[in-house]
Amino acid sequence: MGPTLRAAWHIALKDVAIEWRTKTAFASGLVFAVLVLAVLFFSRDPTTVSSTDIAPGALWVTFTFAAMLGLNRAFLIEREQRALDGILLTPTPPVAIFWGKFAANLAFVGTIEAISLPLFVLFYDVPIWVRFGELVLVIAMATIAFVAVGTLLSAMAVRTRYAELMLPLLLLPFLVPPLVGGVQLTARLLEGRPLSDLSGWLKLIAGFDVAFVTLAALLFQVVLDE
Amino acid sequence: MTLRERGDRIARVGAVVTAAALLGLVGVYVRALVYTPVEAAQGAAQKIFYVHVPSAWACLMAFVVTGLLSILYLWLKDRRIDLAAAASAEVGLAFATIMLTTGPIWGKPIWGTWWTWDARLTSTLFLFLLFVGYIVLRGVLTDPGVRGRFSAVIGIMALFLVPFIHLTVYLFRTLHPAPIILKPSRPSLPGDMLATLLLSVGVFTVLYLGFVMLRYALGLLREAREEELADAS
Repeated sequence: MGPTLRAAWHIALKDVAIEWRTKTAFASGLVFAVLVLAVLFFSRDPTTVSSTDIAPGALWVTFTFAAMLGLNRAFLIEREQRALDGILLTPTPPVAIFWGKFAANLAFVGTIEAISLPLFVLFYDVPIWVRFGELVLVIAMATIAFVAVGTLLSAMAVRTRYAELMLPLLLLPFLVPPLVGGVQLTARLLEGRPLSDLSGWLKLIAGFDVAFVTLAALLFQVVLDE
Repeated sequence: MTLRERGDRIARVGAVVTAAALLGLVGVYVRALVYTPVEAAQGAAQKIFYVHVPSAWACLMAFVVTGLLSILYLWLKDRRIDLAAAASAEVGLAFATIMLTTGPIWGKPIWGTWWTWDARLTSTLFLFLLFVGYIVLRGVLTDPGVRGRFSAVIGIMALFLVPFIHLTVYLFRTLHPAPIILKPSRPSLPGDMLATLLLSVGVFTVLYLGFVMLRYALGLLREAREEELADAS
């Protein structure tokens, strides 16, 4: 393992350890996800729109909001007692900080999603098992997009006076392609549509992943520069 | 040349360019309303085309210029490039607002709806929102270096995002009129209308330049003032 990768690994472990000890963000993220799923269930006229019709949208809106909550926190913990300055004083390359944060955020958002998914099945009664493997792939691809852009923008938002307001304002436009793609693909998978129906959206999210993971990793250095 | 002198000079040139563009705008209005034939199917409503399309053009130009200047700023780290990028973004926001207000005014009688989630409408709406985010972010950052770097990051990211949003909605569905000027075959707009449109696009381009120069000069003068205050204290 190269020194950059090792440094990234330690940063990720540090974040996971902090979260493991406190569990505050995790608990609030999870309760938040349950609340959004429940609220969205009632955001329709049950006599005309069935819950399965809004299920894909509900799932992805829940994922988006839960991810945003976690991402907001990612650099708030670094702001306390200027912890980030401490990391920057060590010979850690900035790109290692990015990958470490990216991995920790991915773990955090992924765990919330993994727990929300069974709740989603429970509340909305949708047949996710039919195409489970593909659904997991779609969720993973979109989550990488959310977290890559979110890690970069969260590092910026935390440096402003209104971090909690700035992050959604800056981040939400960037979540549109993976979010819409996620909803469309989930809807098609739940209906058991053939793979040829999915390829356009899959390519879009894959392209987005490649473009924005690269951009975020490159631009992260600019954000940390003192 | 001091910052103040430079700012003053650019402000003067910017004022002349803006004045010329505003005169040109009067010409565009007169030509569009009096000398350009009324479109057969849409009637008078089509006249808004001569304002809507050039605003969209100016807005898109502002967006690309802001993105490119952002890249340039991260490379050269010259504060003036950052000020120019910010000037372009603010002017772009103004043109985006014109585009997003004239569009629905035309859409209501012609499409029967104020708004539709078409590819171009959606991507320009997000263009508008990205400009807003960019400007709000600049407003909450006090350190000029951090402000420059962070807004440059947004400028560059946005440059890559908008094509993706366009593609997203295109996969979703689309309703906006297909391109009639920039397309592989010949433009399908009658000569008179095309001339008016091209004139208007030219005038809006000059108007954009004039506004950006004025806004950039204002940024320079503000910096000069801040330096003077810092020296005095």
